[in-house]
Amino acid sequence: METPDTGDITPDIKPDRERRRQDQQDYVLRTIEERGVRLIRLWFTDVLGRHKSVAISPAELETVLDEGLQFDGSAIDGFSRIQESDVLARPDPSTFELLPWADPAEPSGTIFCDITNLDGTSFEGDPRQVLRRNVDRARTVGFEMFCAPEVEFFYFADSSPVPTTLDRASYFDLTTTDVASDLRKQTLHMLEALSIPVEYSFHEDGPSQHEIDLQYTDALSMADSVMTLRLAVKKIAMDRGVYATFMPKPLNGVQGSGMHTHLSLFRDGENAFHDPTAADGLSDTARSFIAGLLRHAREITAVTNQLVNSYKRINEGYEAPRYVSWARNNRSALVRVPITKPGKVDSTRIEYRAPDPACNPYLAFSVLLAAGLRGIEDHLELPAEATMNLYDLSRDEQRGMGVASLPHNLEEALDEMEASELVRETLGDHIFEWFLRNKRSEWNEYQRQVTPFELETYLPNW
Amino acid sequence: MDPLLVFPNPPPPELAQCLDLDGWSWKAVDNAEAAMAEEPDEGWSGAVVVADTDPAGAFALCRRLRKVEVPIQPLLVLVGGGQLDALELRDDLFDDFCLTPLRPAEFRARIEHLFSRAGRGTRPELVEYGPLALNLETYQAAVDDEPLDLTYMEYELLKFLAAHPGKVFTRETLLSRVWGYDYYGGARTVDVHIRRLRAKLGEEHAGLIHTVRSVGYRFGQSRWGG
Repeated sequence: METPDTGDITPDIKPDRERRRQDQQDYVLRTIEERGVRLIRLWFTDVLGRHKSVAISPAELETVLDEGLQFDGSAIDGFSRIQESDVLARPDPSTFELLPWADPAEPSGTIFCDITNLDGTSFEGDPRQVLRRNVDRARTVGFEMFCAPEVEFFYFADSSPVPTTLDRASYFDLTTTDVASDLRKQTLHMLEALSIPVEYSFHEDGPSQHEIDLQYTDALSMADSVMTLRLAVKKIAMDRGVYATFMPKPLNGVQGSGMHTHLSLFRDGENAFHDPTAADGLSDTARSFIAGLLRHAREITAVTNQLVNSYKRINEGYEAPRYVSWARNNRSALVRVPITKPGKVDSTRIEYRAPDPACNPYLAFSVLLAAGLRGIEDHLELPAEATMNLYDLSRDEQRGMGVASLPHNLEEALDEMEASELVRETLGDHIFEWFLRNKRSEWNEYQRQVTPFELETYLPNW
Repeated sequence: MDPLLVFPNPPPPELAQCLDLDGWSWKAVDNAEAAMAEEPDEGWSGAVVVADTDPAGAFALCRRLRKVEVPIQPLLVLVGGGQLDALELRDDLFDDFCLTPLRPAEFRARIEHLFSRAGRGTRPELVEYGPLALNLETYQAAVDDEPLDLTYMEYELLKFLAAHPGKVFTRETLLSRVWGYDYYGGARTVDVHIRRLRAKLGEEHAGLIHTVRSVGYRFGQSRWGG
């Protein structure tokens, strides 16, 4: 018997989806008219995770919502192909927002876009499509991943190569002289206006360093939120003559900026990481998910930590994990399992501590999800918990215990990634290959540089 | 609300009375040409076609109304009890039917059901509660006359809650009523959006949405004074 091809959604749902999309478009068009919006920014992201924006007028929007906006992808990092280079930016009307910092006399709106080929199929170079695909794959086995990143960054006086910190205040310090607290307050206000609720915001350990913890949401919305957050933080700083940076390790001897990411899986509205019958409350699903992250940690590090500079943060330690390990209450571990308060089982989650805020959030969340799911598929057993402070381990002790390190530099991370079938499958051939090529050349260029360290150490002595 | 198209012109007096009593805005037309010529700017909001005296003519009109670029719907036909076979093979021409002689209660129930299914409803165009106002025509929400900048789902959730003040909804109910099929992540998705809405309502008005412990959410004051 012939089975009809219904694609990934059942026929009953499809008309409902189409109607919903039509409603969303109507909402966007009507809002633009009612609020006198003058400019609509179409947002998307290149493979390296940099924000791209194309502005169109309200008159063009209806057509663009229906048909997409055609542009030459070869100008965008990671979009280039050998043959056809034109692609379509297709706005996702559910993401439409009014830009809170726009001039009230000239309101602006923003919409995130999916990039497709001219025939409407999803474009393999678009990171947002990569995450969509991985989220959809998780849904086919009934899981929805929620993410909550803790984004750290520095404020400096400017972007010159010699960073000048704004203050010498430290953790939780509240002083009236803290100029940055005004910046932070303004940023939080803007984020809330952009539908990005903030859980906490505080001053980190480093001078001029700040942290914004976002309230959990689904992985795709969160990746959009991280893009918006980076833009908002930089924009608000710039308006006050300050430079904000998400560079992972801008200062010697001071801890770097991480993006510890809390993850949980939900199935049928229930937290799949929680098991009330387990002594520690952790389900087998959670155990295998963590085991998957640990098994594939070295392979995915090039994606969660994509800069030469990322490894300066990891190697220095502080709050950055150096070893592939997990623990409950040990901040030196790669995966931390926070204690869940009684009666708060829905907040059962794990924290993956390697990523830094210079990652491409779409690709980073994709590989985290894929590594965890692979652990579940393979029924991986969770190794023993690391109970000691791993920073104190000697190399021999570490080897004796069978604890692997995260890659020590970008080259090692790229070697691991290149050999990973999981990362290739997760990112797709196009991004996988482009990313490796691009990053190899970044590493080679770095290798040829004579650094201040060398000049200071060797020049006087040789 | 834009007027309903009614056929024939003039309609049977009992139908006209029914429509007037229930507050419908309507306009009778002679034929398909008149239906096109007299169409309001925003289009007919629906049609009531009486088919019991001249079924062939009435269904020919229905066909014309459905073949335009934006088909007119919902469309309710009125037929006599002995004419049910006239409906056969014409399912695409109407959304529901009602028997004549007209029973006002049945007519009212059918037309309201049709409109609520079409998502347009007989609801007022403005939902107001305290400082909050939602204009359902323009999709705009305001607090103390200050516009709220909402995403589509935030607007839909606020609209649903504000239209049912004092009523407690479980997360599951909100999911099925507001999100429909197009949701993932279960009840958590509702919590995420409630959190965003409260942030956009601002500190002063965030309390309009109450969390009802281990049940769900309620908009505004409880009906029971709680």
